[in-house]
Amino acid sequence: MNRSSKIIRYVSRRLIQGIPIILAIVVLNFFLLNLAEGDAVDVLAGEAGSATPEYMEEMRKKFGLDKPLPVQLAVYLKNVIQLDLGYSFRHDMQVTELIIDRFWPTLILMVSTILLAVGFGVLLGLFAAINLNTWKDSMVSVFALITYATPLFWVGLMMIILFSIKNDWFPTSGMENSAMFYEGFERVKDIAHHLVLPTITLSLFYLALYTRMMRASMLEQYGQDYVITARAKGVSERRITFVHVLRNALLPVVTMAGVQVGALIGGSVIVESVFAWPGLGMLAFESLFARDLNLLLGIFLLSSALVVAVNLVVDVIYCFLDPRIEVN
Amino acid sequence: MSDFWKRFSRNRQAVLGLIILCVVIFVAAIANFIFPTDPFLYSKFPLSAPGENGFLLGSDSIGRDVASGIAHGAKTSLLIGLIATLAAVFIGVIFGAFAGYYGGIVDDILMRITEVFQTIPSFVFAILLVAIMKPSIESVVIAITVVSWPAVARLVRGEFLGLKNREFVQACHTLGMSDVRIMLAEILPNCLSPIIVIGSLMVATAILIESGLAFLGLGDPNVMSWGFIISDGRSMLRVAWWICTFPGIAILITVLAINLVGEGLNDALNPRLRERN
Repeated sequence: MNRSSKIIRYVSRRLIQGIPIILAIVVLNFFLLNLAEGDAVDVLAGEAGSATPEYMEEMRKKFGLDKPLPVQLAVYLKNVIQLDLGYSFRHDMQVTELIIDRFWPTLILMVSTILLAVGFGVLLGLFAAINLNTWKDSMVSVFALITYATPLFWVGLMMIILFSIKNDWFPTSGMENSAMFYEGFERVKDIAHHLVLPTITLSLFYLALYTRMMRASMLEQYGQDYVITARAKGVSERRITFVHVLRNALLPVVTMAGVQVGALIGGSVIVESVFAWPGLGMLAFESLFARDLNLLLGIFLLSSALVVAVNLVVDVIYCFLDPRIEVN
Repeated sequence: MSDFWKRFSRNRQAVLGLIILCVVIFVAAIANFIFPTDPFLYSKFPLSAPGENGFLLGSDSIGRDVASGIAHGAKTSLLIGLIATLAAVFIGVIFGAFAGYYGGIVDDILMRITEVFQTIPSFVFAILLVAIMKPSIESVVIAITVVSWPAVARLVRGEFLGLKNREFVQACHTLGMSDVRIMLAEILPNCLSPIIVIGSLMVATAILIESGLAFLGLGDPNVMSWGFIISDGRSMLRVAWWICTFPGIAILITVLAINLVGEGLNDALNPRLRERN
């Protein structure tokens, strides 16, 4: 069997492996929903202001909430498969629709964060590894240690104090200046301007992570036999570092970029609520205040599914990048 | 023990971390003596800058002392970090021990469960759990525990897998020891050092999660915490930078100190690893 059909088989097997995980998360979601005080009818009644017990009983029947738990679970599963995550009474919208609306700002933020964090992390880690055990290496280590220990929301607030309040360089909140009705390139520029502080804030933690990983990965590769061989052949240290070691050291770092996506979603909840970035994280923050559990559960479900999907994609990319990986 | 201490103190960063950590613990312990009044108690001096009106680190929008809040908040953070970590280690050890020791179907089932919990974005899950259980100290501890144990489970499983076929374990089998006794009294003590290291680093993560939850308004409303002060001072960012700044520095220093101690423990408990560095 040739390699490409092997990879196709591998991908489909991984897809099938992902299904039970998603299923387990959906079931977990269902039980969390039931754990919460009050059901959808209570919420509805609360929204309406008043409702008679008879009317609420009738509503429960209509929503199937009087059925035994397993039946309710089956209905819930069916709804999730049809991408029906219920209704958000606060926003007067389908949860799915609301989530799709807010997905793009989060995606923009996450992609720019990953690019920045991986890019600079690789550079800093490389820099530290080349200058191993000198003051430059120590500086990078101290920087990584400190950023690793800093709460994201605090970095965000300090950024706002320094770059928005003391110096009016960047806007404090939002994604664009909607009052200006920018279009085309002007609008892109406006969004990019708003994007700077949230991206830097969110990437700092991961920057530290990738820096440490890249440094460790470089050092590990330096210890490999092929480096000794290259030296024995008389290859210059420069060439060994940048051509031989760097390429091999990059591989695990790139993979880790995908694994961290779950943590990145958590971080974006914090960063988006600091900068009022109108994405999923901000939506989660708003639903906390509105006690809109249905919406919160929907966001949770989607972010879990996203993690499963990204992990799958990373595994597949890894197969292509490293031919040594067994796909059987 | 003295050997351990010698190796630990060779790492200067770790010693520095330990000293800072001791100071934080000391401040938390004497918070009731230096700031005997309730940290929630407001005064008639709102928004005093640091040093003004006798507020060392300033006061917030309704005149609460930021320094007092930080001292009392230290207790909250350290306790939540410690209790949540102990609970997570407890659950993780049970899961990991059974999975690693018995292998086969037990391992499969336990590790599938662990995998699901590891896939879920942990901070979002913690938010959800606290929101459902209503914010309180207990719900925050439960949420942090639930999102933290999988890492311990995986580590312990790995250790148990490596140890269960060793000769001393086989000797225990011949002696007719029960499985539980072999796991707890024989294998577990042999993998304590990595558990201690991961546990110490988890305390730091737990403090970060707790402060993040409190910042989002999911802290216990009746208990002073660092995240609460910051979340409360957010709206005053323009006029009173000190409310948000100092508690954040407290979090940073504490988490940094714990991380340094954790790395020091790692070096001291696994001397072989140090050589490779």
